[in-house]
Amino acid sequence: MAYSEKVIDHYEHPRNVGKLDQDSQRVGTGMVGAPACGDVMRLQIQVNDEGVIEDARFKTYGCGSAIASSSLATEWMKGKTLDEAATIKNTDIAEELALPPVKIHCSVLAEDAIKAAIDDYRAKQKHDAAPAA
Amino acid sequence: MVDLTKNYFELFELPVSCQVDQQYLSSQYRALQRAVHPDRFAGDDARQQRLSVQYAAHVNEAFNTLKQPLPRAMYLLKLAGRDVDMERNTIMDPEFLMEQMALRESVSAIRSTANPEQAIERLAGQADADIYQYLQQFEGFWLAGTEQDLEQAETVVRKMQFMVKLATELDQLESDFLDD
Repeated sequence: MAYSEKVIDHYEHPRNVGKLDQDSQRVGTGMVGAPACGDVMRLQIQVNDEGVIEDARFKTYGCGSAIASSSLATEWMKGKTLDEAATIKNTDIAEELALPPVKIHCSVLAEDAIKAAIDDYRAKQKHDAAPAA
Repeated sequence: MVDLTKNYFELFELPVSCQVDQQYLSSQYRALQRAVHPDRFAGDDARQQRLSVQYAAHVNEAFNTLKQPLPRAMYLLKLAGRDVDMERNTIMDPEFLMEQMALRESVSAIRSTANPEQAIERLAGQADADIYQYLQQFEGFWLAGTEQDLEQAETVVRKMQFMVKLATELDQLESDFLDD
């Protein structure tokens, strides 16, 4: 199967690979897995006081499309507010990367990872704001 | 000749079960294969030949499904009315994913370790042990059989899929090393 140029570019030069401090209050971590191909994806965001995502990192074990999808997701999330980032759809990712139908689940994985990271961050803030027991 | 409406277990005259008598399965498979082999119908009309190809494919599919634990488990769920949709389901429990991440990190570090063969063996052993454990869990849920149990069984199958994939990768890695 031929990969699109954009997939190959992200695969060969992945953006924002790495890890942020999972325990930091500013960091949200999303982990998802795709049983279909055994892919595992970790996507993290760091949010500033204005609620803007100032950094995003990922680590993905999986095929080229899964790596490209998460790489692109981190690129798109940076500089966005949480609400803006939450609107990123798997179909946008699939379209941008010209993913073939059999690889659509890779973009689904990336969208779920984005949502999971945002949820994790928001849960942390809520927890933080709760009165001490 | 071959009743296509029979389920795979019935086809091989096996009880519908998590455990399959591999020896019996293989001998039944060989017998069925002989009976439906397209070569036997070389002199027959085109329709009969087409049917025999269809039967042979059905028998092969059935054998491959029952032989390996993972497709067998998925098939058992299917018989129970649950089609495991691997494509759309992504969210898994975080603890499991953390473990998977750590496992993958170990696999990717294998090439830089002092004794790669030993590292592969250790990880493959762990994968096999996990798969075995998931099978036990699956059987428990499947035997219990309520909707809730079957949902749990489905989750176990998804986890098993991850480990089977890992085991396959380790096999590949091992043969790469043997080739070097």
